[in-house]
Amino acid sequence: MSSDGLVDGAWPAFSSSRRTFLIGVAALSSSLVLPGCGRSEVAAASTAPAFFTSDERSFVRAVVARLIPQDDLGPGALQANVDVFIDAQLAGPFGQATGQYMSAPFHLGAKEQGYQLPFTPAQVYRLCVPRVNKHCRDKHGVPFAQLNEQQQDQMLHDLQDGKIDLGEIPATNFFGLLWQNTKEGFFADPIYGGNRDFAGWKLIGYPGPRYNYINEIEQYGQPYKQPYASLAGRDPVMCRLSDSPTGKFHGPGCEHGELPAKQGYESLTTTTGRVYPAGHL
Amino acid sequence: MAKKLPEVEVVLVGFGWTASIIAQELTDAGMQVLALERGGWRDTVPDFSVTHIQDELRYAVRKEIFEQTRRQTLTFRNRVDQLALPMRQLGSFLPASGVGGAGVHWNGQNWRFLPTDFVIRTQTEQRYGKKMIPDDMTIQDWGVTYDELEPYYDKFEYLCGISGQAGNIGGQIQPGGNPFEGPRKRGYPLPPLKRSAATVLFDKAAREVGLHPFPAPAANTSEPYLNPLGVQMGQCTYCGYCEWFGCANYSKASPQSTILPVLLKKPNFSFRTHCAVTRVNTDGTGKRATGVTYVDQDGKEFDQPARMVVLCAFAHHNVHLLLVSKIGTPYDPASGQGVVGRNYAYQLSSSVNITCKDLLNPFMGAGALGQVVDDFNGDNFDHTGKGFIAGGYIALWNTGGRPILQEYLPKGSPKWGSGWKKAVHEDYLYSTHMQCHGAVMSYRDNYLDLDPTWKDEYGNPLLRLTFTFGQNEHAMSKFLTDQATRIAQAIPNRGINSKPREGDYSIVPYQTTHNTGGAAMGNDPRTSFVNRYLQSWDVPNLWVMGSTVFPQNAGYNPTGTVGALAFWAAAAMKRYVRDPQPLVQV
Repeated sequence: MSSDGLVDGAWPAFSSSRRTFLIGVAALSSSLVLPGCGRSEVAAASTAPAFFTSDERSFVRAVVARLIPQDDLGPGALQANVDVFIDAQLAGPFGQATGQYMSAPFHLGAKEQGYQLPFTPAQVYRLCVPRVNKHCRDKHGVPFAQLNEQQQDQMLHDLQDGKIDLGEIPATNFFGLLWQNTKEGFFADPIYGGNRDFAGWKLIGYPGPRYNYINEIEQYGQPYKQPYASLAGRDPVMCRLSDSPTGKFHGPGCEHGELPAKQGYESLTTTTGRVYPAGHL
Repeated sequence: MAKKLPEVEVVLVGFGWTASIIAQELTDAGMQVLALERGGWRDTVPDFSVTHIQDELRYAVRKEIFEQTRRQTLTFRNRVDQLALPMRQLGSFLPASGVGGAGVHWNGQNWRFLPTDFVIRTQTEQRYGKKMIPDDMTIQDWGVTYDELEPYYDKFEYLCGISGQAGNIGGQIQPGGNPFEGPRKRGYPLPPLKRSAATVLFDKAAREVGLHPFPAPAANTSEPYLNPLGVQMGQCTYCGYCEWFGCANYSKASPQSTILPVLLKKPNFSFRTHCAVTRVNTDGTGKRATGVTYVDQDGKEFDQPARMVVLCAFAHHNVHLLLVSKIGTPYDPASGQGVVGRNYAYQLSSSVNITCKDLLNPFMGAGALGQVVDDFNGDNFDHTGKGFIAGGYIALWNTGGRPILQEYLPKGSPKWGSGWKKAVHEDYLYSTHMQCHGAVMSYRDNYLDLDPTWKDEYGNPLLRLTFTFGQNEHAMSKFLTDQATRIAQAIPNRGINSKPREGDYSIVPYQTTHNTGGAAMGNDPRTSFVNRYLQSWDVPNLWVMGSTVFPQNAGYNPTGTVGALAFWAAAAMKRYVRDPQPLVQV
């Protein structure tokens, strides 16, 4: 398959730790009703961040609002809850780089040799946010979130072009991670907390993970008219304790916005770090 | 101290495509076979169920079903004078983990190599003269011919239920098929897949510029299919989640959907998951394998004796096992001597993005739904004056329109902000891309050995990859990309973005998981680790499967040839068991 269109330097896979469930923060927030579950309104996440400090949350909300802004084409990343998505991702195995080879020694190499820093994605955010904010304060007297939109856009361009000194982490690297995570949160299935109300998919016309196009694929030039679909709600038993020692979960989702009771599970740990004992879902 | 287990007749390292084929064939012959898989058990239900499998973030972006680098990785450099560094994140290629191996997550693009691919050195020297091959290019004939493999290609295609249009049956060119393919005894088991809007446009444009497009042979079933083992497959629904996903619908050929329902019922077959083989053991003479050592998920070590050992792991891992087990002579690029690690190669892909005037609905697709031209593959065209040998296909694959990773915007589109938003809004439903899928030759300085610094979780040195693309590959890729651009220009469009691959090989962006070589096959033990039957020259009861044995790579996806070679080797193993001698005498 082609490499084209893929995210260069994409951050790696996660692997769940044994007998641990990981599900999107949205699926567990009782204040949320997921798209695809029968109601279209989605309340803003009211739970405390799983990973972000208050400063980090303000920073990321301001960044995603500029990377994918709300405009006459519709909601932007902030309206799509992309900050909620990123928070949950950084608290989970992606943020912790649990699957990544982290053995020393660390050397910086040629770009062809790929990522060589000893930091997880969560650590990159933790280290870089205050450094960018300090740079903004030095230059404009206020942190990133309080700059005006033109100043924010210029700051993002400077990050993208590697013009801001973030110490041992190249600014291009941090920008790449911000953009990657923003795009993921805008286009990933709403079960992960972003793409609220299918904002990302509606923008481009992707109908979601639909199962069968046998009757439509040869209807050339015809728009596809079925409603947007999510994985949410597909599995009546939201997750299943696998026999697999990787502890894979099966079918994150919900039915009518509520989590069904489970039997036979040891426990369920969400990306927020909350542990739900068996039978208490 | 490793616990010693009772001896088995045959132990297979890994439990993917090749292990499933070998196990099926040898158990049919009455042998007792054990497969050891480092990953877990997986099956269509529940692991690939539609309740959760169509999740781009989880599988394609976070790469959940692949081997994590924490568990197994390698170090990499472009050239021998660089310090190789660990591949800490998955990127360029994606080794599988778990039962079914890469057979679970492939697209199903299932090819036969060309007759000339198997005799590339002879063919090139005869047609163009010896000077056509540079001194540092270490390509060689395979030792097996297309005609010898034809029945085994056929066997794999009927096992999988390949959908396609034959181009050459017994020397008779068939309308609508690939006129350049080697002769086949019969057509594909299933008709081609339905065509998507984009593949229809490609077909028309390619004909207009004088080329010969045909539907790609697909291991995605165009109709319900009952395979020769009696395993039932279902019709593909074009849901667009093949590559990097398991198939929920029994429509993509995998060990699970074609062999395992039969194999797992056999009393003379068994398998163990979460068993990572760390050594192939040999006796005092070094000429006979005595079994393998493996570590289970609790870190306990076991000694599994076997009368025959077959390496069926991912290409890199087979070579790594040989090196850490000190079997065969490691390759030394300074002297050019040695065979283990020699002739590593890969694939050179480039692309052309097209924003069409027609609505495409790119999300309706299948992993191997594509139209292809083979006019510039292998030696299908005259290379005189071109400055390179070999070639590749140009395809328009319509694998599905998954929105995080599949963004094919016109050149100069904004990278973020309202401008980017406007571009994806206007272009997503109208955009597609073509792939140029080129061969990579083998070279003296592209090879595998053991890293002196970094170790894996078992304390073994990591494998070290030294690799970059050669001048031949860049010239070929530029030629192919120019041809693809010519096709793109014949499609009514609002923008074309040609993206030739330039510079050194990078391990960062995904390209293909078509890693080849390192234990090449051939007719000369000085330049090959296995003979033409995939049997080790040095240790005759040790066999190596998979693309590990390719002496160089061709311009096609490897699985069809990997499957055919496994059936070919299995037939040889049955002869070997009756008379356990080297099947080729030096």
